[in-house]
Amino acid sequence: MLKRAFKTWFLWELLIGLSVTGRYLFKKKITIEYPEQKTPLSPRFRGLHALRRYESGEERCIACKLCEVVCPALAITIESEERDDGSRRTTRYDIDFSKCIYCGFCQEACPVDAIVETQEFEYACETRDGLYYDKEMLLANGDRLEKQIAANLAADARYS
Amino acid sequence: MSVMDMAIQAGIWALEILAIAAPVALTVAYITYFERRIIGWIQVRQGCNRVGPAGLLQPLADGLKLLLKETIIPARANKVLFVAAPLLSLVPALVAFAVVPFGETSLFGIWETPHIMAISNLNVGLLYVMAISSLSIYGVLMAGWASNSKYPIIGSIRSTCQMISYEISMGFGLVTVMMLAGSLNLADIVHAQAGGILHWYMIPLFPMLIVFFISGCAETGRTPFDLTETEELVSGYYTEYSGMWFATFSLAEYGAMILISLLTSILFLGGWYAPIPALDIIPGTFWLLGKSAFLIFVFIWFRATFPRYRYDQMMRLGWKIFLPWTLGWIFVVGMFIYTPGLDGIINFWLAWR
Repeated sequence: MLKRAFKTWFLWELLIGLSVTGRYLFKKKITIEYPEQKTPLSPRFRGLHALRRYESGEERCIACKLCEVVCPALAITIESEERDDGSRRTTRYDIDFSKCIYCGFCQEACPVDAIVETQEFEYACETRDGLYYDKEMLLANGDRLEKQIAANLAADARYS
Repeated sequence: MSVMDMAIQAGIWALEILAIAAPVALTVAYITYFERRIIGWIQVRQGCNRVGPAGLLQPLADGLKLLLKETIIPARANKVLFVAAPLLSLVPALVAFAVVPFGETSLFGIWETPHIMAISNLNVGLLYVMAISSLSIYGVLMAGWASNSKYPIIGSIRSTCQMISYEISMGFGLVTVMMLAGSLNLADIVHAQAGGILHWYMIPLFPMLIVFFISGCAETGRTPFDLTETEELVSGYYTEYSGMWFATFSLAEYGAMILISLLTSILFLGGWYAPIPALDIIPGTFWLLGKSAFLIFVFIWFRATFPRYRYDQMMRLGWKIFLPWTLGWIFVVGMFIYTPGLDGIINFWLAWR
């Protein structure tokens, strides 16, 4: 009884609360300050798409259109025709990133590892047109990020 | 007194007012910054640190944003009162600073006797502060009435009720200070506490310090008593306010918070005196502002710690706990003063005996 009266009149519980928050005041802050600091990304991270090339410079895509078929959001548009050397190649390979849901099915469907998703995620833009990537842009992505793509595929290979 | 003298006197007053009002406005701006930083730290976040070095320009950005925002006046509102209400709650908060003594100085020995650093060293300073700070209730009531909307009027009545309830226990708490100091003059109250930490009124009046400070929280509508402005109660009396007029209410709230902190330091924590007389070589103003800054930190600390009171709990605290305690303490202090034998104990704090 006496103890309870003491705790009531000396605001004991409130003081305990204050001491808890007071301790947290000096704790290490867990905020990740985004543009300067970033969280680590998984090799399987599904970001911006890229079209890859072989080491010879030949583009990998053989216009099988599996990715176009598997795409649940109908974001991929492919047109193809026969090239001079008799091989089938794309004349058009567009991905509309305003439709894309980043499911990664295109990457899984691709028999030649041509279309892949990279760890790029900072490609926000101010118009919808800016999210419409054509073949040249996707190939450029692939050329720019080939090192990262290869490393991630290698890191993920042992699980597949 | 010639016209010239009067003009000079008016100029001096204007300068004095500016010398207090401008720092107060600046302090209010930076209290919002530190509030966000400290609450952030307590919640293991960083707080605002983007605008300028360590986020120090954030208050300026906020002020600019609020200035540029449209003030929407509801179509059916009483426009004059709607506009007057925020001013009426801001002005008392600022005017009350007129009697706050920020220290005493002989201006590096130029003056023979030390002068009190206050715009007006009023003999009824304490009464004046209580009276003026009660006036801010009118702003609250007017805001609720002028909005011509049900939630603001309910909110304003709720806030008025809260402020009046806590003003009573606050006032009675100050009576004990008055009994010990034997004066309503704030500077005299500080002088009565000269001579180190043991002479401060927080020793004999410790429960009153607690009551006064918590009532101050309620009076200014700070957490845990911020029922005046809670979101879940539709933002209380300023539901309809936006832009700069909205900011004026928060300006008033933070101004009142500074005032309460200063008053608590002056009345209970020895004002501009150092805890040890030897440390009085540091100018008293620093001591006073340091104590007040700590109390403002405590305000923010409270906000980060305590959940909001329910309305009936808050009323119970004000009327059934604080009021009996203050009345009881007046009785206790009076008994100590006038009972032969006991007065030997209390004489230590009675400067007027």
